[in-house]
Amino acid sequence: MSLDVPCAAPARQANGDLTTEVIIVGGGLAGLSLATALATAGVPVVCIDRDSPSAQCGASYDHRTSALAYCSQKILDVIGVWPYLAADGAPITDIRVVDGASPLFLHYDHKAVGLGPFGFVVDNIAIRRALFQRLAQLPDLIHLAPATVTAVERGVGHAEVTLAGGRVIRGRLVVGADGKGSFCRQSAGIGLTRARYNQSAIICNIATEYPHHGVAVEHFHPQGPFALLPLTGNRVSVVWTEPTDMVSHYLSLSDAVFTAELQRRAGDWLGAVHPITPRVAYPLGISHAARYTADRLALIAEAAHTMHPIAGQGLNVGLRDVAALAEVITDAYRLGMDTGTAAVLERYQRWRRFDTVLLLGVTDGLTRLFSNDIAPVRVARDVGMALVNRLPGVKKVLMRHAMGIVGDLPRMIRGEAL
Amino acid sequence: MNANRPSLNPRLFPRPPSIESGTTVDPDEIARFTALAAEWWDPNGKCRPLHRLNPVRLRYIRDHLTRHFPGIGTETRPLAGLRLIDVGCGGGLIAEPLARMGATVVGIDAAAANVRVAAQHAADAGVAIDYRCTTAEAVAASDERFDVVVALEIVEHVADLPLFLTALATMTKPEGMIILATVNRTAKSFALAIVGAEYLLRWLPRGTHEWRRFRRPSELAGLLRRHGFAVGDVTGVGYNPLRDEFRLTDRDLDVNYLLTARRGP
Repeated sequence: MSLDVPCAAPARQANGDLTTEVIIVGGGLAGLSLATALATAGVPVVCIDRDSPSAQCGASYDHRTSALAYCSQKILDVIGVWPYLAADGAPITDIRVVDGASPLFLHYDHKAVGLGPFGFVVDNIAIRRALFQRLAQLPDLIHLAPATVTAVERGVGHAEVTLAGGRVIRGRLVVGADGKGSFCRQSAGIGLTRARYNQSAIICNIATEYPHHGVAVEHFHPQGPFALLPLTGNRVSVVWTEPTDMVSHYLSLSDAVFTAELQRRAGDWLGAVHPITPRVAYPLGISHAARYTADRLALIAEAAHTMHPIAGQGLNVGLRDVAALAEVITDAYRLGMDTGTAAVLERYQRWRRFDTVLLLGVTDGLTRLFSNDIAPVRVARDVGMALVNRLPGVKKVLMRHAMGIVGDLPRMIRGEAL
Repeated sequence: MNANRPSLNPRLFPRPPSIESGTTVDPDEIARFTALAAEWWDPNGKCRPLHRLNPVRLRYIRDHLTRHFPGIGTETRPLAGLRLIDVGCGGGLIAEPLARMGATVVGIDAAAANVRVAAQHAADAGVAIDYRCTTAEAVAASDERFDVVVALEIVEHVADLPLFLTALATMTKPEGMIILATVNRTAKSFALAIVGAEYLLRWLPRGTHEWRRFRRPSELAGLLRRHGFAVGDVTGVGYNPLRDEFRLTDRDLDVNYLLTARRGP
């Protein structure tokens, strides 16, 4: 079978079939960001998305928010998405970490690193809207939505993705950006290591009486962390972790009682608070794919790994995958190389897998360290936090880690174009 | 000759009169590469080192050509507008990416099996390349001329090097460029390219290379100068065994090196 190489935009055949360089299965935040990054660099790409843009921009689609670390904001800026998003991002200028009821707390001030805010908290729906606005300008990108993938076949010279209805998309590389239950990962027979924490996160947004001044707070309780993240206006995003068997109790509380529980946990520095979105609970777990790549396949973001939200790294790690894979693909494409071959995929896997294993270990360790109330452990972590607070060097290193600006950085994280 | 190969404009690319048993062709060498043909495109097969080396060589070629021919191409098709011949194209490992970078590519090889593999692969990949089983002398004897002549890992395999370089020079347009890659003749290249690569690491079949056929950069430069070429750059290729990666280096020209020569007006 012959594969006609498009010079620029993906090529359409009369029967609706498409031929392109890269096929991205999954149009979530990571998948669409990768599509945008590649098309910005001139690599023809088709992104297949389960839900239509109008459904995804609907009021009830997703109330979650994302804390975009400094490095993630850089990536979105380089691919032309940030200009559509900047007005919706609330800068995090201070981070306060509090251990239960202990009077000691760890205080991170962004001025210590000197690169501007630690990051921005954004409603996921705003990120989606910005991505849709940006991708409409890119002739090298075709966004197929709504569309369902029924088969992924990876051959010697190219790969084919079949959609419900029989339409076929041909390309050299398939990227699985299809989330936790990744069809791409399963169809390639790549194993997944996973564990459940006995914790779920209750998510909702609240309106506050007083402004938050860009302060993010993470309270560590033995039941699990409780985090407040600043949103635009007098709004705050709540990530409230509880043991899974307690979650149904909190979800079933009346609004008045739930609000009182929230107020008790949030304290009084924000004045009176009340929920402005429905409460939704997500069970928390950790998972890691045995490999990130197979012949003509690369996995990114939650298709490759999920982690505890304790350090707010989920989407940020996904966007680091995006930055690394976009760079590896673009470099190969501009050298005329087949982007689906081992040379390309190996470089991606080597780059990202070690980094992620490290972060999975750290977030898992943090979760276990802070989710207990054993007296010596509590004393040790309080002393540790107080120490970190007094050692500006150590603190700076930790902050740079949280911002995602350590290690062998992809060009996009350094703020350079691909 | 393969009638099914993707053909460029036949008017611009007249075929040489016959498959030549030219004087630069060594029959033993041709037999060796015929055996290799099927393995060309297996990234983990016998040609693995070439696959590892490829990104480095392609980057070198692209960067030197875009510098020498300013104003050509675009970011994703940087070589658009250039007519290029890949002499000793083998299975097409270099010709195909060069065509995808936008160059109009003719690939020639004296081994028919190589040309068949290359043409089949290009057809499967949908890349238009004019592959021919012929020799450098035959092309030089015709009136076809090229902006760029590429001959990678080939000068160490030809029977008569001065004649071969004369052919390359003849087919280069005025102000065109020749790019060569080969192995230096040093004690280190004997240790690494022959003892190491053929006997210890088994990257290459034993007998692939003959040390006395290796050429120093100065020898190639001297021969090219006779034809009005100036050597603009010589860059070494280093190998990092820990990362299993090749990279360009200015400091070590002792084993593999790449060379560009510009033809005068």
